Amino acid sequence: MINFEKVTKRYEDGYEALSELSFHVAQGEMAFLTGHSGAGKSTLLKLVMLMERSTRGKVVVSGRDLSETTRRKIPYYRRNIGLVFQDHQLLFDRSVFDNVALPLVISGAQPKEIGRRVRAALDKVGLLSKEKLLPLALSGGEQQRVGIARAVVNKPALLLADEPTGNLDPELSAEIMRLFEQFNQVGVTVMIATHDLSLIARMRHRILTLQQGRLLSDGA
Amino acid sequence: MGLNMWPKKENREHKKSYQKNQQERRKIEKGATHGVIARNQRLNSYFMHHRQVAKESLLRLLATPFASLMTWLVIAIALTLPVGLYVFLQNAQQLSQEWDDAAQISVYLEQNINAQQGQKLAQHIESWNVVQQVRYISPDEALEEFKQSSGFGDALQYLNENPLPAVVVVSPRTDSSNLRLTQVLLDRLQALPDVEQAQLDLQWVDRLFRIMALGQRMALTLGLLLGVAVLLVVGNTVRLAIESRRAEIVVVKLVGATDAFVRRPFLYTGIWYGLGGGLLAWLLVNVVIYWLSGSVAELVAAYDGDFGLSGLGFLTTLSLWTFSALLGLLGAWLAVGRHLSKIEPQ
Repeated sequence: MINFEKVTKRYEDGYEALSELSFHVAQGEMAFLTGHSGAGKSTLLKLVMLMERSTRGKVVVSGRDLSETTRRKIPYYRRNIGLVFQDHQLLFDRSVFDNVALPLVISGAQPKEIGRRVRAALDKVGLLSKEKLLPLALSGGEQQRVGIARAVVNKPALLLADEPTGNLDPELSAEIMRLFEQFNQVGVTVMIATHDLSLIARMRHRILTLQQGRLLSDGA
Repeated sequence: MGLNMWPKKENREHKKSYQKNQQERRKIEKGATHGVIARNQRLNSYFMHHRQVAKESLLRLLATPFASLMTWLVIAIALTLPVGLYVFLQNAQQLSQEWDDAAQISVYLEQNINAQQGQKLAQHIESWNVVQQVRYISPDEALEEFKQSSGFGDALQYLNENPLPAVVVVSPRTDSSNLRLTQVLLDRLQALPDVEQAQLDLQWVDRLFRIMALGQRMALTLGLLLGVAVLLVVGNTVRLAIESRRAEIVVVKLVGATDAFVRRPFLYTGIWYGLGGGLLAWLLVNVVIYWLSGSVAELVAAYDGDFGLSGLGFLTTLSLWTFSALLGLLGAWLAVGRHLSKIEPQ
């Protein structure tokens, strides 16, 4: 699903965020990405999201070589990936329903279809009863779950999360992680960048540890 | 292409939604065999999205009524000036149209010319191609006319003989803009052997036309300048709108929004600004006309005239609104082109 081949990313100021990084995450796999801040986690996710492009090496996602994806095609590529942010990035002037519906509206789905899928996604994260509320009326954990619902509403094959539990207490964090596991169990490839080591140590999934842009360890 | 969220792995918790999803997928697959239907649906939702975005951008403007009204007023005032001038010129043109018909040349013949010679001369003049119409007035007829219109009728009875010369009234071909042609005609008439004097009546009408031509040019210049001003006002306002929604733009780009999708609400915002300004300008122009019409009526009455101010016609109004909406769209487009590409997810 995600394949990095000797990927190097050097920013314009000369800083090398990733150095000849190679790894492979198979379809249907669930993997954690960890390491100190500055180890290259964010850069890695940015390369997968095509927010940045690699300086050298090859990034292949779902069999697609990202260096061949032109700027115009980026939006369509991104529609196949669900992204969960640390600060959930909800639109605060819209209801929970409208927030979750956003990816479907963007891809031009029918209203009936949108209603059905949004409710299915909200049901999945346990917030079906709160669809009419504004995000500010929700707790931090609930807001993050709305963010997750938005990420999965398009039924993406790949789910990426950048520090999804960064601002949550341990109990809520565990709950969020269980949610990701559930998606993984139904076939979605999941990759989660986090530095909550104590949490992921208990979860028995693959852990990719980065250090200074290189793979330090790879295993459960 | 998305891998299904709920594949065949049995999981009691997801079974229900999985089944629902299977039905859904069957429906979609059925739909996909009819490509036309799928495309129509896509087109449908495209237009629906346009309508939705148009509505949302309008509501967004109305959510901050004071700020929006300020912008609308600025645009309206900028549009009112050239439009008002245009209406003024339209009215002046209409008014002078009546005088234009009166722009005739009176050719006074020598006293010793008799009626036959006079009529022959009139026929000769009528054959010129710059002349539209010629009327011969004999001294007797002239006297009669004078009696009726001057009020000196009784006094004239004491004259031994008719002091009035025969007159040939020449109407030039109506080509009012061409003063030079009229001048040439005047000189040519003046040079005729039996003519005492040729006089262009209402020469000032032609001068008025020149002034009005100048006025039209001024209205156009003013319109162009203020049109640019409207562009800048809308552009700047939309730029601020883009700035204030930066975070939102980043999010929608990350969930797969195309540039067109991101652009759309701002373009509609521009259209609404332009159209709102156009509507207000229309209102302002009409208020001004209403305000002036009283004085104009008094003035016209003092001159014994029959003239009423005419406002913006249906077509003019329609073009004003279209034009202002287009100006708004263009202003927004310029702002969007400059500022939106700079906002990329970081």
